[in-house]
Amino acid sequence: MKTLKQLGLPAAIAAFTASAAAAQEAPGLDDKINQAFADLTGPFVSFIFAPFPGTGFPWIVGWLVIAATVFTLYFAFVQLRFFSHAISLVKGDYSDPNDAGEVSHFQALATALSGTVGLGNIAGVAVAVGIGGPGATFWMIVAGLLGMASKFTECTLGVKYRNEYDDGTVSGGPMYYMSKGFDELGLPGGKILAVLFSIFCILGALGGGNMFQANQAHQQIAGITGDYPGWITGLVFAAIVFMVIVGGLKSIARVTEKVVPFMGVMYVAAALVIIIMHADQIGWAFGQIFAGAFTGLGVAGGMVGALIQGFRRAAFSNEAGVGSAAIAHSAVRTKEPITEGFVSLLEPFIDTVVICTMTALVIIITQQLIVDPDTGKYMLNEAGNAIATVDGNSGVSLTSAAFGSAFSWFPYVLAIAVVLFAFSTMISWSYYGLKAWTYLFGEGQTKELVFKVIFCIFVVIGAAANLGPVIDFSDAAIFAMAVVNVFALYFLMKVVRQELASYSERLKSGEIRKFGH
Amino acid sequence: MTTKIVIGLDGTETGERAIAFAKDLAKRIGTCELLVAYVIEWSPYTFQTPEENAQRHKRREEEVDLATTRIVTPAVDALKAAGFEAHGIVRHGDVAETLNSITVENGGVQIVVGRASADGFKKRLFGSSTQNLVMHADVPVTVVN
Repeated sequence: MKTLKQLGLPAAIAAFTASAAAAQEAPGLDDKINQAFADLTGPFVSFIFAPFPGTGFPWIVGWLVIAATVFTLYFAFVQLRFFSHAISLVKGDYSDPNDAGEVSHFQALATALSGTVGLGNIAGVAVAVGIGGPGATFWMIVAGLLGMASKFTECTLGVKYRNEYDDGTVSGGPMYYMSKGFDELGLPGGKILAVLFSIFCILGALGGGNMFQANQAHQQIAGITGDYPGWITGLVFAAIVFMVIVGGLKSIARVTEKVVPFMGVMYVAAALVIIIMHADQIGWAFGQIFAGAFTGLGVAGGMVGALIQGFRRAAFSNEAGVGSAAIAHSAVRTKEPITEGFVSLLEPFIDTVVICTMTALVIIITQQLIVDPDTGKYMLNEAGNAIATVDGNSGVSLTSAAFGSAFSWFPYVLAIAVVLFAFSTMISWSYYGLKAWTYLFGEGQTKELVFKVIFCIFVVIGAAANLGPVIDFSDAAIFAMAVVNVFALYFLMKVVRQELASYSERLKSGEIRKFGH
Repeated sequence: MTTKIVIGLDGTETGERAIAFAKDLAKRIGTCELLVAYVIEWSPYTFQTPEENAQRHKRREEEVDLATTRIVTPAVDALKAAGFEAHGIVRHGDVAETLNSITVENGGVQIVVGRASADGFKKRLFGSSTQNLVMHADVPVTVVN
C-alpha cells in the first residue's frame, strides 16, 4: 500500500467519491454517465456491428462463424475426435506425478471457465431468447460446438508461444503468439496485430469483463433491495476489486474461486430439476427451439434474428475465437502445448452447450415468453424489438423470473450467484487486461497499478450506466479482439496442425500413454 | 541386499520421533538405506485465480526449496553424520498417496511416520493423512507416537 500513497491514489479516490456524492444531490448522475458513455462508444459499436451491405447480418457474426467452421474442418472435427481424450487429460490420466504441484489441466480449465461462466450464461442467454426467440438456442448450441475448434486452436498457440521469465512466472496469450509465431514463420505484421489485439483486449476487459458485470450485479442487488443509484454498487464493487487486485487481498479471490464452481453446479442442478418438473413439455420446448431456428416463429428479425442472437450471445458467453482463454491457459507447464488445446475445447461445451442451453430451456419451458393464442407465434413487446415476456422482464430478470416461477426463493440465490459470477469474471478479466497492458507498456509495478486503478474506475461507470450502451460496448470490444485474433489464427493454424499430427501419431504408437498404465 | 525404509516427515516434532525409530530399526536390520520424504499437500483439483496460475511454477520451486533446505536436508545430513546411508525427496500431492507412491517407486519395504497432528474437525471429516496411509499403503506402516 506504500506505493499507493506515493502515487496519491487515496486522494484521487476520495476526490472521485466526493464528486460522486456531490452529484447525487443533482439528480441524474447515472443518466449523465450513461449518455456520455453512449456518445463516446457509439461509432466503435456501429462499426463492429455493421451489417453486410444490403442485409441485416452483422459482418462480425459471420466472421466468427466462418472461422469456427474453418477450424472445425481444418482440424477434421477435432472437437469430436478428441473429446474423450480431453476428459482423460483433465482427470490427470496423462499427468506425470513428478510434475505435481504445477498448474494442472483441471485448474487451467476451471480458471478459464470462471472467467467465462457467468452473466453470459444467465443474462446473455435471456437476451438472446428474449429477442431471437427459442430458435436462438439452436444457433447458440451450433456456435458452441463449432467454437470448440476455435478455442482449441488459440489455446494450443497460447501455450506454445508464451513467455517464460527467469523468476518462473509466465505471460502468454494472443499477443505473444502473434508476435513470436509470425516471426517464426517469417511473416510480417505480427507485432502490429499484437498491439491491436492488446488495445482491444484492454477495452474488452473494461467492457464485457468489467462494466457489463458491474451493471448486471447492480441490477440484481437493486432488484432485491429496491432501486438506488448504480454508482453506489459500483463504488462498493470497485473497493472490493481494488482490495483484491491492488491490495493483494487474496482471501476474497480464493473464497470466490471456491464458491463460484459450487454456484455453477447448483445453477445447473436447479435448471435440471425445473426441466424434470416440466418433463411433459421437454418435447414441446425442443420443438420450439428447432422450429424457431429455421422459421423465426414471429420473433423480431425472423430466422436471421434468431441466428444472429444465438451466435452473438454464444460468442460473448464462451469467448471462443476471442483470445481471452489463451491468456488463461498459457500458465500450464506442459511438454505438449496441444494438450492444453484439447482441454480448452471443453469450455465452449460446458459453457454454451450445457449451461446456456439449460438457461434457455428453463426460460422456454416455464413459458416466460408470451405466445399469441390465435396465431401460435410469439408476441412482440410494445417497442417491437423483443418478444413480450411475463411482467416485461428482460436480461437477467427474465432468467430470475423463470427460475422463480418454480422456486420462489431462487431469485435470491441467483442474485448471490450473479454477484459472485460477476466478481470472479472481473478478477479474471482484470488479469487478461493487465497482460495486454503490460505487453504494450512493459512489466512494472507502477504501470500495472495504473491499469488496475483504471479498471476499478470502470466498475463504477459500468454500474451506473444503462444496460443498452454497456452491453453494446461490451460486445463490440470483445468482438474486436476476435477480429484480430481470428485473423492471426488463420496464419498460425498450420503450426497447430503440425502439433496435432505429431501428437496423434505418438498417441497412436503408445509413446504418449497414461501414467500408471 | 539393502533394505529401504521410507521416513515420512511433516515438519513437526513427531517427525523426529519417526527418524529416531527408523534409525533404531535400521541398526537392527543392518544393511539399510533410509529415504527421508516430505510431501507438500497439494491437489490438482483446487480452484485458483489466473494470477496464481501464472505464478504457480515459481511458488512450487519456492515450496520445494523451503522443504528441502529446512526439513529434508538437515534430516538427511544428520542421518549421514550418524553413519546411515540416507537420501531425501520432496514431492507435491496427497500426503498418503504420494508417500506410498514414493515407497513403491523406490522399492521401500516399510514406511515410518509420526502420529498425525490434524485438528479435530478436519480429522473427523476426512481422517488424517496417517490414517489414510495406514489403510491404503502397499507396504507395512509404522506410526510412532
